[in-house]
Amino acid sequence: MLTEGRPTQPTAPNAAPAKTFTSNRALQIEEPLLFEIGRRDVTGVDLPESPKTGSKLGAFARKTAIDLPALSEPETMRHYVRLSQKNYAIDAGIYPLGSCTMKHNPRLNEKMARLPGFADIHPLQPISTVPGAVELIAEMGRWLLELTGLHTVAVSPKAGAHGELCGMMAIKAALEARGDRRSIVLVPESAHGTNPATAALLGYKVVDVPAREDGTVDPEEVKKRLSPEVAAIMLTNPNTCGLFERDVAAIADAVHAAGAFFYADGANFNAIVGKVKPGDLGVDAMHINLHKTFSTPHGGGGPGAGPVVFSAALAPYAPVPYVHVAAGKATFIETRREEGAEKSFGRMTAFHGQMGMFVRALSYMLAHGADGMKQASEDAVLNANYIRAGLADVMSQPFGNRACMHEALFDDHFLDGTGVTTLDFAKAMIDEGFHPMTMYFPLVVHGALLIEPTESESKASLDLFVATLRDLVMRAKNGEAEAFHQAPQFAPRRRLDETRAARSPKLKWERPQPYSEAAE
Amino acid sequence: MRYLPNTDEDRAAMLAKIGVPSIDDLFADIPAARRLKGLVDLPTTKSEIEVERTLGKMAAKNTAAASVPFFVGAGAYRHHVPASVDHLIQRSEFLTSYTPYQPEIAQGTLQYLFEFQTQVANLTAMEVANASMYDGSTATAEAVLMAHRLTKRRKAVLSGGLHPQYRSVVETVSRMAGDAIVPLPADPGNTEDILASIDADTSCVVVQSPSFYGHLIDLRPIAEKAHSVGALLVAVFTEVVALGAIEPPGAQGADIVVGEGQSIGNPLTFGGPYVGLFATRQKFVRQMPGRLCGETVDAEGKRGFVLTLSTREQHIRRDKATSNICTNSGLCALAFTIHMTLLGELGLSRLAALNHANAVALAESLSEVPGVTVLNEAFFNEFTIRIPGDAAIVIEKLAARGVLGGVPVSRLEHDNPALRDLIVVAATEINTEADRAAYAQALKEVL
Repeated sequence: MLTEGRPTQPTAPNAAPAKTFTSNRALQIEEPLLFEIGRRDVTGVDLPESPKTGSKLGAFARKTAIDLPALSEPETMRHYVRLSQKNYAIDAGIYPLGSCTMKHNPRLNEKMARLPGFADIHPLQPISTVPGAVELIAEMGRWLLELTGLHTVAVSPKAGAHGELCGMMAIKAALEARGDRRSIVLVPESAHGTNPATAALLGYKVVDVPAREDGTVDPEEVKKRLSPEVAAIMLTNPNTCGLFERDVAAIADAVHAAGAFFYADGANFNAIVGKVKPGDLGVDAMHINLHKTFSTPHGGGGPGAGPVVFSAALAPYAPVPYVHVAAGKATFIETRREEGAEKSFGRMTAFHGQMGMFVRALSYMLAHGADGMKQASEDAVLNANYIRAGLADVMSQPFGNRACMHEALFDDHFLDGTGVTTLDFAKAMIDEGFHPMTMYFPLVVHGALLIEPTESESKASLDLFVATLRDLVMRAKNGEAEAFHQAPQFAPRRRLDETRAARSPKLKWERPQPYSEAAE
Repeated sequence: MRYLPNTDEDRAAMLAKIGVPSIDDLFADIPAARRLKGLVDLPTTKSEIEVERTLGKMAAKNTAAASVPFFVGAGAYRHHVPASVDHLIQRSEFLTSYTPYQPEIAQGTLQYLFEFQTQVANLTAMEVANASMYDGSTATAEAVLMAHRLTKRRKAVLSGGLHPQYRSVVETVSRMAGDAIVPLPADPGNTEDILASIDADTSCVVVQSPSFYGHLIDLRPIAEKAHSVGALLVAVFTEVVALGAIEPPGAQGADIVVGEGQSIGNPLTFGGPYVGLFATRQKFVRQMPGRLCGETVDAEGKRGFVLTLSTREQHIRRDKATSNICTNSGLCALAFTIHMTLLGELGLSRLAALNHANAVALAESLSEVPGVTVLNEAFFNEFTIRIPGDAAIVIEKLAARGVLGGVPVSRLEHDNPALRDLIVVAATEINTEADRAAYAQALKEVL
């Protein structure tokens, strides 16, 4: 495929596709809801005969129907394969969602996670029967601690936001242990929305810290807000503008001097792995989104996994369960009754966290090694800057033409006067076969377009992406706003009415009313 | 490094285009004194063969459930998952897609989430369900927080039949959020008087049925009492297959229904990832945590699906959001939906009946072992036995004989010596007559 020198002249929009009898378009097939094609008298599962016993359900036996239609096995395959074909995926193309991070998901990880010794073990079978599982958690923990330079890892949080909650609960517990009830948490404006929500959930008052003109946090602004009432700062670094907080050490020092803790949102850790250890920057607690930095698949919304690393000061307050390694031997600490766990703030989830994600993450860590992890960070940053450089003359950068970390941020000033919005621009990318970047985030920038290519993209892939965006910019500036308003033309659906969905929420399939009843 | 597509030549060309001499120039904002000079102290890159060997060795040290007679439940259950389920969830377009932020090219994910919501709502007999939570325990904690928002009261009563680790999660989150929790004592004999604990300060009462000890609980009188004082009933289940055989919580007056969906479509995986189910009444939907998928139309009037009611969520409401949750268990929910699609009403009823029959047969076999008593009258696929001796030791002895015989209650209720002789035992469709006989025989030998 031609990847360079694509025409940047406006071209005539394609003609509308011809109508078909079925409404299908070759491989793009309309698929009804399960509830419209399933039947109550069918099942796609054959089961062995039950032993002949009496019932012990007593008066509790179900008397009402459930209303769950089924499909036979071949119908089920077809239904879900057809649905899958209406999804964009990283295996299909670049997925440049800034701050979300979609990188290649190696299938080796999937294969390892499905080994019966990992997939088919129960969280409450005797620990003596799962030494390999304890070893795996300990090994993944060792990698996380070495890469972050911190002291202890809590593995049970189920997702990044759950990890934030974990880190902030440990901070709260540590403060309370010294009889210190503080009420404020500082959160920079450019933080992920989960940060203020997490602090609020724990009863803290959230105080914003504005960004200075270059998009980073000014330590003087932090100092102005520090007081004996401040429990912690929650800082994302690299921040959501794709910039490294270059005064992070000064911020950490100021926070510590005020008796508060430094919580780092580790969502963007993938930019700096092997380049700097957060522990060396003064971090007390940080969650790590395993899917972002260590490529566990995101599966259309999760599962996530959010292990949290702690400094020595916070380590005693970490939640149970966790793996403790001493003299080369890993033991599994399940309850607060066990030695060393007395100060733990408690339990965040039944069982031991996202084991399936730990296997995938360790598989990825081992495959890369220390050298590969460093190279991956460098490539992620290189790719983001390559995109930035390739678009700098046609799109607008809110903080000037300066190097970024793993994501390149643009604002919508380049669309001024064209009649094309950020949303229109994103939807036009869909027709070109690309997943749009993150839009309207971070909120501190007007009409933000945040592009994170990750290390998975080749130079050739980035060249095509840049050329396509340049072409779209050209078309917008040439007065083709109407075509942008019409986009996407070629997706399984045209633009969807989100206002209608929110105004009169329809969250469940309802059986259509029969004509006979409707007439009454 | 096989996962990195760029060559050194590519990298040099890209640096030239950017206009910096070296990659380190792009990291100039990191304080130089703290930047790592060499590699961190970890092994270097491994081939695919080497990774397989390393992880394979670890996996081989564990006793997989399929390799032994297996009766461990207590919140996670080993069921058979049809091969087509795992095949379908591994399709690239499902596995490697992100949150459906661009609905026009995410209709596959959005449609299955809508199907999932409908299945969960129908199963629980509730009006709306969300697009899944992390797991049953965190969903329970979120339900309590939601009840506090709805009732403006901050005291939850937790039944003694609630899974002890669910109770711990609720206690931790509530304590940290500044709320009060009234946990009732462990209830192995199904004798607790929960009605007496509900008063005018109660925001909600949290009751699990089947309970942690396997008892089926009549929720109706509890719902009535709760409603009479303006409190809500949060109904919890850890074994969703039970809903194929017993009256659903929604038909018994529950206001919020939460539970664990792992049983359908998802492997045990040592405790996660699992799939939390969360359903409630339509009138409470704007206080419901988590993601919701809704039906709408596109610019041509065709039906389509989008994430909706996001004004409740953290990315818009920040510190005013209904919860800090930002994700869901999308892929696990997909596994649930596909497996449930294969089962349907007919299959789920048969599966539930088979589970129940195997459990009844197991209870009969075990109760014939001298000294063993089954505590339950009515149960689904899980029950509690009292044995002469320390259950934790007996379970280890059984494991040494190749039988994983259940969960000693003392592992979860460690502060209560009165519970040291109890084992929670589960049977599912995977157990055979030979498995049951092996368990009874081994138990006889170790007691």
